[in-house]
Amino acid sequence: MSAQLTAAERVAIARNPQRPNIMDYIGALFTDFFECKGDRLCGEDGAIVGGVALYHGRPVTVIGTRKGRTAEENLKCNFGMPSPEGYRKALRLMRQAEKFRRPIITFIDTSGAYPGLEAEERGQGEAIARNLFEMSRLTVPVIAIVTGEGNSGGALALGVANRVLMLENAVYAILSPEGFASILWKDASRSAEACEMMQLTAPDLLRLGVIDDIIPEPEGGAHTAPVVALRQVDRCLHRHLAELSKESGASLAAGRYQKFRQMGAAAPDKEEQ
Amino acid sequence: MNSIFAKRRARLLAMKAIRDNQTIPGEKTVTCPHCQQVSDRKIVAQGLSVCPKCGYHFPIGAYYRLSTILDPGTFRELNEKYPAGDPLHFPDYRKKLESAQRKTCLTEAAVTATGTIGGVKCVVGVLDSRFLMGSMSAAVGEKITLAIEFAAKNKLPLILFAASGGARMQEGILSLMQMAKTSAALARFSEKGLLYISVLTDPTTGGVTASFASLGDIILAEPGALIGFAGPRVIQQTIGQTLPEGFQRAEFQMAHGFVDAVVPRVRMRETLSQLLRLHEKGGRQ
Ligand SMILES: [Zn+2]
Repeated sequence: MSAQLTAAERVAIARNPQRPNIMDYIGALFTDFFECKGDRLCGEDGAIVGGVALYHGRPVTVIGTRKGRTAEENLKCNFGMPSPEGYRKALRLMRQAEKFRRPIITFIDTSGAYPGLEAEERGQGEAIARNLFEMSRLTVPVIAIVTGEGNSGGALALGVANRVLMLENAVYAILSPEGFASILWKDASRSAEACEMMQLTAPDLLRLGVIDDIIPEPEGGAHTAPVVALRQVDRCLHRHLAELSKESGASLAAGRYQKFRQMGAAAPDKEEQ
Repeated sequence: MNSIFAKRRARLLAMKAIRDNQTIPGEKTVTCPHCQQVSDRKIVAQGLSVCPKCGYHFPIGAYYRLSTILDPGTFRELNEKYPAGDPLHFPDYRKKLESAQRKTCLTEAAVTATGTIGGVKCVVGVLDSRFLMGSMSAAVGEKITLAIEFAAKNKLPLILFAASGGARMQEGILSLMQMAKTSAALARFSEKGLLYISVLTDPTTGGVTASFASLGDIILAEPGALIGFAGPRVIQQTIGQTLPEGFQRAEFQMAHGFVDAVVPRVRMRETLSQLLRLHEKGGRQ
């Protein structure tokens, strides 16, 4: 595990373009990946990749947000900011997974849903809401892994899972620290300050009960030794999937419901009462 | 006996509604922010806080909203005492909450209740945009979820009025998680074959749009309400051009397929009553 890093340092590592991305995870952890494209309604969104693959020989559905490393790659995947078509494609693949009783594994690394004109016209809010609604009642195992930055409803739309795992230096938050600072203090340059207050690191979120496990990264971050990092992700994912695979469909749906039902429902801070 | 309690409840809601209604600034006259024209305060109030000159719908408080749609004497608040929280111990947040509480006489941005509309019993939840922009805190998410669960348990139709600037920044990730919580509760509610009507009022944005507000079996909107996921300012910054006239307004959302009907405030009660009647017998016989 890395030495103690500040939240702002973790944000920088989480955004490092050399960090393993969805294509690296698919290449390293899965075999026989077949990519499925399109939402069957009107479009295809390169910001979300999805398909069927074998995980340790078992068919699974893999879905993840996609960030590129080069300008050209990023144009194709809109810098990892999905449009409604992407979320609807993800939902289509999740329903398919339900039909064929395949576990669903999602990889989250996005600065948020795309705040564009067309995305709004085509119902960005409705697309995200529908995913939350439908994911909550799936009867197959769902595991979400926050691998880089997971921002806003755009990340949560792939995150209603039985287990939410997080890489040690990944961050997961209501929105970017820059956005947070600009809304709260009308000053985006105070983002480093925001990072420390937002409780967006993996240890913070484990303590808050938002995530279930932390996947250790090599010293300095996953990009310094990707092979080691990918092996750690595999090990953690494999263990959680094995545990969930013992549960019935009804128990998986009920367990997922309860997990999110209790969030923020705890008794209000008692010292104030 | 019953009628005495009913009268008391009617008086209680009327009192709270009057208090809500006094928050539109202005003494004897009110200036409309849309058409800039000045109207008599009494006339605006009699018209359910709609500008008599241009039809602009002023934001209204939660209790006042409830008084405009529920049958008199049927209002019963649910989880009235559910407290606001500060789960992340965010600096100065307690003070902000207290000042919002003083300003609005609410404990949080959501009020939930049971009552009847046109004689049909239902559960109604209302967000109040005067309370920290109607943003989604853990307490708001919890009150909405408890209302959904109450409706599911008692097999009652559910109506939620959205009005929200989005997430409650000071509650960070726990604000985000309320989107999943409320949506999951609605999924369970829906599986029981019960009716959920979502009413979008000005403004409905961010996490509320991307959760329970967009999940109604029927979705209504007040005229001119701003409805969207990303706010107009953020979109404008992203695309670097000015947005078209009427972008993200209720009428725009209806034209794009996300709203069943745009319903003026004066017709909201009868519209809800009609929809409740249409679903009363249910299709599951
Ligand atoms: Zn006017």
